[in-house]
Amino acid sequence: MSGVHVSTTVNGDDAEFVCHPGESLLDVLRDRLGLTGAKEGCGTGDCGACSVTLDGQLVCSCLVLGAEAEGRKITTVEGLADGDKLHPLQQQFIDKAALQCGICTPGFLVAAKALLDENPSPTEEEIRFALAGNLCRCTGYDKIVRAVDAAAKDVKKQKARVKAKRK
Amino acid sequence: MSFDQKFTDQEFKVVGSRPPRPDGVDKVTGRARYGADASAPGQLVARILRSPHAHAVIRKIDTSKAEKLKGVKAVLTSKDLPDLTNGNRGNFDILENCMARDRALYDGHAVAAVAAVDEVTARKALKLIKVDYKILPHVTDVDKAMADDAPIVQPHIAQNNKPSNIANISEFGHGDIEAGFAQADVVIEKSYKTEQTHQGYIEPHACLASVGPDGQGELWVTTQGHFTFRTVCATLLGMDIAKLKVTSSEIGGGFGGKTHVWMEPVALALSRKANRPVKLVMNRDEVFKASGPTCSTSIDVKIGATKDGTVTAASATLRYQDGPFPGPWGMLGAMTSWACYDIANVKSVAYDVLVNRPKVAAYRAPSAPMAAFAVESTMDMVAAEIGMDPVDFRIKNAASEGSKASYGPTYGPIGIGPTLEAVKKHPHMRARLGKNQGRGMACGFWFNFGGQTCVDLNIGVDGTVNLIVGTVDVGGARASMSLIAAEELGIPYDRIKCNIGDTASLGHNDTTEGSRGTFSSGMATIYAARDAIEVMKQRAAKAWEIDVADVEWRDGAAHAVGVAHSNLAPLSLQEIAAKSPTTGGPIAGHNESVADGAGVSFASHICDVEVDPETGATKVLRYTVIQDAGKAIHPDYVEGQFQGGAAQGIGWALNEEYVYGEDGCLKNPGFLDYRIPVCSDLPFIDTEILEIPNPNHPYGIRGVGETSIVPPLAAIGNAVSNAAGVRLNHVPMSPPRILKAIKEQAQG
Repeated sequence: MSGVHVSTTVNGDDAEFVCHPGESLLDVLRDRLGLTGAKEGCGTGDCGACSVTLDGQLVCSCLVLGAEAEGRKITTVEGLADGDKLHPLQQQFIDKAALQCGICTPGFLVAAKALLDENPSPTEEEIRFALAGNLCRCTGYDKIVRAVDAAAKDVKKQKARVKAKRK
Repeated sequence: MSFDQKFTDQEFKVVGSRPPRPDGVDKVTGRARYGADASAPGQLVARILRSPHAHAVIRKIDTSKAEKLKGVKAVLTSKDLPDLTNGNRGNFDILENCMARDRALYDGHAVAAVAAVDEVTARKALKLIKVDYKILPHVTDVDKAMADDAPIVQPHIAQNNKPSNIANISEFGHGDIEAGFAQADVVIEKSYKTEQTHQGYIEPHACLASVGPDGQGELWVTTQGHFTFRTVCATLLGMDIAKLKVTSSEIGGGFGGKTHVWMEPVALALSRKANRPVKLVMNRDEVFKASGPTCSTSIDVKIGATKDGTVTAASATLRYQDGPFPGPWGMLGAMTSWACYDIANVKSVAYDVLVNRPKVAAYRAPSAPMAAFAVESTMDMVAAEIGMDPVDFRIKNAASEGSKASYGPTYGPIGIGPTLEAVKKHPHMRARLGKNQGRGMACGFWFNFGGQTCVDLNIGVDGTVNLIVGTVDVGGARASMSLIAAEELGIPYDRIKCNIGDTASLGHNDTTEGSRGTFSSGMATIYAARDAIEVMKQRAAKAWEIDVADVEWRDGAAHAVGVAHSNLAPLSLQEIAAKSPTTGGPIAGHNESVADGAGVSFASHICDVEVDPETGATKVLRYTVIQDAGKAIHPDYVEGQFQGGAAQGIGWALNEEYVYGEDGCLKNPGFLDYRIPVCSDLPFIDTEILEIPNPNHPYGIRGVGETSIVPPLAAIGNAVSNAAGVRLNHVPMSPPRILKAIKEQAQG
């Protein structure tokens, strides 16, 4: 089987790879680019553990072909922190004990980031529905919802600080 | 060195606080490595061929074409896994489950395996393997499997010298139940069914195996028990235990399902045959079909009570299906069924029944939720019949210190009464309910377990501490262990680094099950720290040139005791550690023990639901968990256990079930059709931690991981029954079952 050559951007860095035509973006990220933060929980788009963004849009990377990444911008959990500074979502997940085993955490963080990018002040219901495509079996979601709510407030404060500085 | 295990009632400085978990950053940045995240140079990819039939004779397997395919490095069938079990039937069952021998025993049973250079080649090779099956009659329902004319799953199992699917019969209880029922004013009998559910951990089984021609091997695997996996794999493959190193990866959920080997011996055998590292990862449908879900059950309960609310007699007949191999599941159901209550005349009889479904594994407080569903539903019915508040009725009959448990022992201090009193006082019980809404509550019990444990504690020259434990971190255990070590040594939490040791670096540790992690490794950590403190006291005594008996340890430092030594300034752990290279070498503490005395655990749950009478759909509106933790080391993660167990129970109660077709094949092996609760299905889950110390642990710890899944089936059952006006007796209470019950009620 001849491979497909793909040039793309992952977490801000240029990336190139050759993959099988039928290979998923998830397999490419994990097996060819060494980014194992996105997890395979089901391979059928039901669990959200493989969530990444493609040009800012939230996708299950198990349902996207590696070849479709050509010319696109991919963000994975490995790209959420700013250097050694965790994203407020990451910090609140730790502070609020929003993870137990942690296997679903990368997917939740990417999905929650996509939510906050679109809706900076989500209600509890909006958080619950936005994250309904991500399965967690450990927490009952209680502490996850609280962490996302707290992180939304942190992000807003952060943005306000940046704005104030500019003035 | 031996230590006193008794509860000390000490004041805590850091235990009970909520610091960030030490593995938090790794887990929010994607850096943590789980089962499928490891690779090795030259690694092959393995895939397993599985039976499409529920029950079939395997006449012949032709692997010749697969072997010839370019890129295939090893093909394996049961012929490559000779029986080395020496007549140990339990081990043989494990071997047979890993790879079918003469018969496929369930849809999804492994029949062959391939290791190839990549996934595409491995999949191609599976298609080239030809298996000649002769299909046999099958049985998947527990009641049908007990019938006289049922297809026999295991011909070597018999009752009264006749082949039978009943593998074990267990009986527990005391008193005279007939006399007890004769004293009752009200007797209620009811039958229940619960369907099979899966633990549903998000991480599929995954491992990386490597065995060399010298007979030495390594296994990286997602597991709750790497020491147990080592013993089992080495035994099945004829390896020396010491020559197989097993490392537990980060574990993406287990809930009991990762206590058993499923495919790891196959990965090792493929690696041995190919002489290359082999990576083997299950798909989600394989996880559903070929790992170990919990039992489906059929249970009859009978309770008799006097008008004043005293239960005079209670009995249960419990039928648990174990899949094709005998397990202790029915027995555990019988033992737990009446454990919440002090009943003069009580009896439980349980049957472990074999069917053509996957081998059953533990699932969080295994077997207890189904028994509790039957018992607690009937308790509500009896309370209603005698006109008593269901909480008061339970309080009146609750077991307490000195009660003889239905399964044998006499209780020490226990939490069932206090959790029920807390239910009475909880504002949840006074909240108003609307139309089509109902409230239910129920109680639950789990034994908890201790077991073999081994811990090392090494103090570095900078005064930081490496703590190595052999139980895995499923949900914050490193944080709890670090808190305990910090408490004992008297140093800050962030000076401890807790590691999960592999099998080459510690003595045997039993599997992390039975809510034993914090109880047993916590106890061993306390002893290991005290062991290290003895060493540090000796170093201080030597430095001061005084008798070690005159040295005491407090607040992270050695203190010289007595007026004669009042001129000696305390020596801190850091100071003693810094000098260790010249005062006798490294400072370490160690403990190996069998952690006896696990404290039994009780919980009471309250929930409110709304049932849509037109669709039969149920929405959980409010949920409260009240449970005795003994001592909450890190309350965030104790609450997390309470909430997670409740959520799993809610899924079980309302949605989750294995659906088998007439052909005996599983129809819903995926998260789309086997629907576990999602974020928008659930409300916040309120928790209340009670702390009734376990007298057999220095800190009073009881296990907390499992009991939370025991009450939800019944609590929701009682709430749904109150909301819909009809008693539900079949779990899950899915919309069609609720609609049917409402319709039948209306038709009288």
